[in-house]
Amino acid sequence: MAMDDPRVVVVGAGPAGVRAAEALVKHGLRPLVIDEAPLSGGQIYRRPPPGFRRTTKELYGFEAAKAEAIHRTFDGLTDVIDYRPRTLAWNVQDRVLYTACDDVVTPVSFDALLLATGATDRVLPFPGWTLPGVYTLGGSQVALKHQGCAVGRRMVFLGSTPLLYLVAYQYARAGAEVAAVLDTAPFSAKVRAVPKLLSNTSMFVKGLYTMAALHRLGVAIEHGVRPVAVEGDDAVAGLRYRRRGEGEVRIDCDAVAFGFGLRPESQLADLADCDFRFDPVFHQWLPQCADDGRAGEGIYLAGDGARIGGADAAEVSGELAALSLIEDLGGGPGDKARSVELSRRLSSLVRFQAGLAGAFPWPADMARSLPDNAIVCRCERVTAGEVRQAVQRPLGGGCEINRAKAFSRIGMGRCQGRFCGLSSAEISAAAQDRDISSVGRLRGAGPVKPIKLATVLDE
Amino acid sequence: MPQFVRLKEKSRPRVTITVDGATVEALEGDTLLTALLTNGRRVRESEFGDGARAGFCVIGACQDCWVWMDGGERTRACTTYIAEGMTIFTHNPEWPWTTPA
Repeated sequence: MAMDDPRVVVVGAGPAGVRAAEALVKHGLRPLVIDEAPLSGGQIYRRPPPGFRRTTKELYGFEAAKAEAIHRTFDGLTDVIDYRPRTLAWNVQDRVLYTACDDVVTPVSFDALLLATGATDRVLPFPGWTLPGVYTLGGSQVALKHQGCAVGRRMVFLGSTPLLYLVAYQYARAGAEVAAVLDTAPFSAKVRAVPKLLSNTSMFVKGLYTMAALHRLGVAIEHGVRPVAVEGDDAVAGLRYRRRGEGEVRIDCDAVAFGFGLRPESQLADLADCDFRFDPVFHQWLPQCADDGRAGEGIYLAGDGARIGGADAAEVSGELAALSLIEDLGGGPGDKARSVELSRRLSSLVRFQAGLAGAFPWPADMARSLPDNAIVCRCERVTAGEVRQAVQRPLGGGCEINRAKAFSRIGMGRCQGRFCGLSSAEISAAAQDRDISSVGRLRGAGPVKPIKLATVLDE
Repeated sequence: MPQFVRLKEKSRPRVTITVDGATVEALEGDTLLTALLTNGRRVRESEFGDGARAGFCVIGACQDCWVWMDGGERTRACTTYIAEGMTIFTHNPEWPWTTPA
C-alpha cells in the first residue's frame, strides 16, 4: 500500500458518500469522488437542474435542513477533493476501478475504495407492469422532485414501503389526483411493528403525520390488497386488484407507481469480491461488512448500497466507514470516540429499519401466484412460465438462479437483473418448493451498466 | 393525452426538439424522458414485440428508456437533458425489424 500518498476513491455522492468524503478531507486526505449524477445529493437529496426555483422546503419537506446540510457540505469540499460527476464506475478488478465519462474510460487504481452506491426500488412484477404509465415509486418521486412532473394525471400508488405514503402525500400536496393508496401489507403488520418503530420516535411521528395528512386530503387508503393486473391496450387505463377476503375491484387511473422497499446497488461490492449472505430480515442477499463499514482489504461499504437504512443511517455509516478506512491506512488511530458514538447511532437506526421491514413486509406470495404468461424480465421479455420451466429441468440437486439465467435469459438483460433478480429468485424457489435463501442470487458482472463497446476498445 | 403532467416549475424557457421528424416543445432543464412524456405516452418499442415502453425507474437503472440520437448513438432518456435543436428517434435506426410496419 502506498502509505505516503494513498489513493482513496469514494463511489457515490449521496448522503453516505458526502459524509465519507468530508471525514476523509478532515483527516488530510484528498479522495477521488465518482458520481453518476451531474449534481451531488444522491437520489434522496437530488438537486433539480439549473433554472428550477422551488425552495428546499418544497423539495425535501421534513428533510429540508438535512438536504441543505449535505449540499452545503459537499459544495464546500469540491476544491479539496478530486470530484468527477457524470461518471460511471462500471467495474472493479485487481484493485483498479474502471470509470467512464463521455465515452472515455479511465482506470483508477486505488489503495482504498469506499462504495456508497445507494439503492433502487425493489419490485415484484404483476401482469401489465411493463405498460407505459407504470413506474417505480422512487421514479415517480424523482419525476416530481427533479422535473416538477407527476407521472400521470390520475395516480394509483401501490406497494409495501414507507415511500408509498410519502410519495402519495407529496403528489397530493403538489396538486396531483391520487385515486388510491394500496398497501399490500395488512394493517396489523404495522400495529405489530410499533414497539420496534418507537426506537426512532421522530421518524415514527413523521410517518404517522404523512398517513394522517393523506386521510385529511381525502385520499383512499386500503390495506392488505394484491394487484391483479394493470389494464390498458397501449398504456395504463386502470388497475384491477383484490381486496382481502373479497373479490376483485377495478380502479380507473392512467399511472401506477409501485415498489416494495429498496434493494442495494451492490454490483461493485460483488465485483470487489465482497462476501454476500441472505438476510432474513430484509429478505435479500446483502454484501457483508462489519458495522464499521469494513468489507475486505481496502474495501468499505456505506449507506443503502450496503444495507437499507435510509438517509440518516447513510450519513452515519458513510462517516464511520471513512474513519475505519483512515485507521487502516495507518494514518493514526482515526477517531475512536467518534467511531463509538457513530456506531451507537447506527445500531439504533438499524433497529428502526428492522421495524420498518416488519411493518412493510415483502409480499413473496405475489411471485408464487404470478400467472405463467406474465413478464418477469422486462429487458429480455422473459415470462414467469419460462423461469418455472428453466428451474424444472433435470439437473440433479435443483436449480440455482444463475443456471436458470443461462436457460431462460432471466436477468441477462441490460438492467443486469436489478428489476427481475429478486422476483425470479422467488419464482424459482416457489417452483421448486425450496427456501428462497437456497436458490442463490444473480452474480454481478461488469460493466454494471451498459457502456459502448467502442468506449472499452479505445482504452 | 400526455403521460406526464407538469405540476411545478412551469415557467422555464421553451426549447424545441425533433422527435421522429416531428417538432416537440419542451422546457429548459427537461430530461428527454420528460420531454417525450409531456407530449405523449411512449418512449420506445420493446424489441420483443410486446408493445410500447415509457421508461420505468426514472433514475438510470432499468435501461428501459433508450432512444437514438441523430448520429445513431443510443442514449438513456431519463438521464439525458434536452438542448435546443436536439434530434432523436424512438426506433433503433439500425434494427428496422424492431419497428412494426
